[in-house]
Amino acid sequence: MSAESHEVHHDGEHESMSKKRIWQVAGILTFITCIEFIIALAIVPSHPELLKYANPVYIVLTLFKAFYIVAYFMHLKFEKMGLILSLVIPIIFIIGLILVLTNESHHWVDLRF
Amino acid sequence: MSTTVSQIDEVKTSPWSGGRSPFNVEYGKIMMWFFLLSDAFTFSSLLIAYGSLRFSASVWPGADKVFQSVPGLVDHGAPLVFVGLMTFILIASSVTMVLAVEAGHRNAKSEVVGWMIATVIGGFMFLGCQALEWGHLHHEGFWWGSVPPAEELKKLFTGGTEAVQHMTSQEFANLFFTITGFHGFHVFTGVIINIIITVNVLMGTYEKRGSYLMVEKVGLYWHFVDLVWVFVFTFFYLV
Repeated sequence: MSAESHEVHHDGEHESMSKKRIWQVAGILTFITCIEFIIALAIVPSHPELLKYANPVYIVLTLFKAFYIVAYFMHLKFEKMGLILSLVIPIIFIIGLILVLTNESHHWVDLRF
Repeated sequence: MSTTVSQIDEVKTSPWSGGRSPFNVEYGKIMMWFFLLSDAFTFSSLLIAYGSLRFSASVWPGADKVFQSVPGLVDHGAPLVFVGLMTFILIASSVTMVLAVEAGHRNAKSEVVGWMIATVIGGFMFLGCQALEWGHLHHEGFWWGSVPPAEELKKLFTGGTEAVQHMTSQEFANLFFTITGFHGFHVFTGVIINIIITVNVLMGTYEKRGSYLMVEKVGLYWHFVDLVWVFVFTFFYLV
């Protein structure tokens, strides 16, 4: 095992996540979270008519954060394409469940209330 | 007779011909990745169940009204402040975890130990904050199967009859404690695993082995916990 893990290590991965890169990604994550706070605490309370745009913006920002965590912190961006695909493609099932249940739940309103 | 090897006996060298790791990732790490994928399904199912119940409700307790206290400091009027603190703690502990992995690549044992201890402290701080948050909500009357009295609930809503407010508050409470509880359990196990790995680093286990790959594997788990929190934060506190 150790021989193999050595090979894995010396595969040019060192350069991919330098300290500078780590702090850059940390800065991006903090920045996005701060934007979410500004929207929630400053923009929406003073402009209630923008509330309906806030949720899609939150979700897009969340997906950005998820991308940066998975790609850089979890290092997935630097793995072989085969591994990336076998981990990302199954997410289709999650998207499918979201589509099915959110669509369904719009009809439950009439049944429940 | 010709000495050239027939085509079928040639040793194939493509990544999938055997004898090598096609993904170029060590076994334990690949298993961690697929465990995390299955865990992502579990969390997604919980969050999607939350989403669909919320979509199907005519009213829902306002997040800025339920979560507006900083335990021990401000009783109300400070929405998002405390959970913001929790979010930054978890992001910071994720950063210290990557720094531990980075130090491991350089085989810098003492640096790995330092960053791992910082990660463990971050994990404990998050768990402490979550305990305060749960304690506060429980004190207000929220729990699995129980909600505050009707006159208190009224302040959390902008409409709906008393019965509907009671029902959706109960759904909110059950989902909140189940989902943050399941996430908190992941944080807790992550902290325990991080402590075990830190002890192993201190004892020189990975120095002898020649690689700090174990730190990377627990790092994946720890980042996943952070990843889930990003979604929990958005869907419970912002939306």
